[in-house]
Amino acid sequence: MKNIIILGAGTGGTMMANHLKNELNHKEDWHITIIDEREKHYYQPGYLFVPFDIYEPEDIVKPIEKFIPKGVDLIKGKIDLILPERNVVNMADGRSFAYDILIIATGSRIAPEEIAGMQGEEWQKSVFDFYTFDGCVALRDKLRTWEGGKLVVHITEMPIKCPVAPLEFAFLLDSYFINKGMRDKVEITYVTPLSGAFTKPKATDALGHLLQEKNIKVETDFAIEQVDNERKVIVDYGGKEVPFDLLVTVPTNKGDDVIGKSGLGDELNFIPTNKGSLQSIAHPNIFVIGDASNIPASKAGSVAHFEAEILTENINRFIEGKPLQEEFDGHANCFVETGHGKALLIDFNYTHEPVEGTFPFPGVGPLRLLKESRMNHMGKLAFKWIYWNMLLKGSHIPFVSSKMQEAGKHFETEETH
Amino acid sequence: MEKVIAGKNIQVNEEGYLTDFSQWDQTVGEEIAKEANITMTSRHWEVIKFLQDQHQQKVALSIRKIGQSKVVDIKEFYALFPQGPLKVSTKIAGIPKPASCI
Repeated sequence: MKNIIILGAGTGGTMMANHLKNELNHKEDWHITIIDEREKHYYQPGYLFVPFDIYEPEDIVKPIEKFIPKGVDLIKGKIDLILPERNVVNMADGRSFAYDILIIATGSRIAPEEIAGMQGEEWQKSVFDFYTFDGCVALRDKLRTWEGGKLVVHITEMPIKCPVAPLEFAFLLDSYFINKGMRDKVEITYVTPLSGAFTKPKATDALGHLLQEKNIKVETDFAIEQVDNERKVIVDYGGKEVPFDLLVTVPTNKGDDVIGKSGLGDELNFIPTNKGSLQSIAHPNIFVIGDASNIPASKAGSVAHFEAEILTENINRFIEGKPLQEEFDGHANCFVETGHGKALLIDFNYTHEPVEGTFPFPGVGPLRLLKESRMNHMGKLAFKWIYWNMLLKGSHIPFVSSKMQEAGKHFETEETH
Repeated sequence: MEKVIAGKNIQVNEEGYLTDFSQWDQTVGEEIAKEANITMTSRHWEVIKFLQDQHQQKVALSIRKIGQSKVVDIKEFYALFPQGPLKVSTKIAGIPKPASCI
């Protein structure tokens, strides 16, 4: 009997458990185990909607075991250490599991402790995150009674999970306060370490006007040094300051601590991984899916979904002793809420930035890329059902391929790098 | 698009960042620095070399990461390349500026 162990039963890990169960059904000598300490599976895209009372917290939580297929062992417990030289995973309770193949799907987490003062006395009083379940619920409660003032949406540093989420959050704030009849009492500022709210030329052209329309101020190139709790300002290394009455920040994102502790990660605990094959650089029998890797793709559920199809094929090849395929192209496909019941759709990969066009059928649609529409918003809301009922189970999404399709997109010039 | 920098035809994007690093040399970097009112010193070049190495290793750049690099601390990085040091220094280095997905 040989063992595949999956670490983490979030989006990537759960999808791999389902894919591999189907794929290895006929290979009776392989046993699949998935390990996670948590009880609950969270629909993370829902964190964006909870603060605005669009989703109820209970809409976005289900038990982890509901999505783990029969025949896969679910072990609940805390992972203490991965020993890649011995092919063993040690648990905090003293148990130990040997593997032939290890799939790491431990994701990323926010690390507010990285910035001085971020988790100070104003944390969850006037400083909030919306990248955790507790954070988005606490922020909902705050927004319900907040009377207005300077609201700052802030990104600490890249990379972050779902890089468009802070922008969506700013757009939804605008609609939320208009609907409450108090938009004139709220000043929204978007603070980013990058050179703009949009950084890709096509998206900047197509979408730059949205910020003006929604009266969102943008502060660029802001590298935060500290949160001053007393004066309620964020301060950057160059000495710039942005005052806030309510700060909604996206803290530094890091991989799981166990990755760092096991010596498998970079300085942010992300695992150096081959961006085409998803095999870890250091250990041939370790593979990485989703946010846990350091590949230059977006940290997003759609990316994990496309990776899962390619990784399943590579695990098969690895078992059969065949060379791996470097097929993953960084494909991501994301709905971007713009407020007032509209959304955008973007589809891109390692080499192609998001552009205008039609999706998924070239020239037909029905969805339009990089353009606001109600249909895209319906797509975003429908996605919750697709996530729970198709995506986690490893079902193929009809008409949407793992590799990005170039037809139907308006690329002006062929990009070669 | 193409731009003449230091007497050479260089491929750049809409914002003047090189799109083909193989076209970069020190004179190109020097002229881009001049446009940003920066006079390059050996200290500047040490930082530029570090950024280029990081880029070659496909490491995403951030201010904090540069601060942890032991090549330059953050205060000095700001002093060398004032006003958005990452966006200025990457342009001089001939590598893409840090970006998001849209």
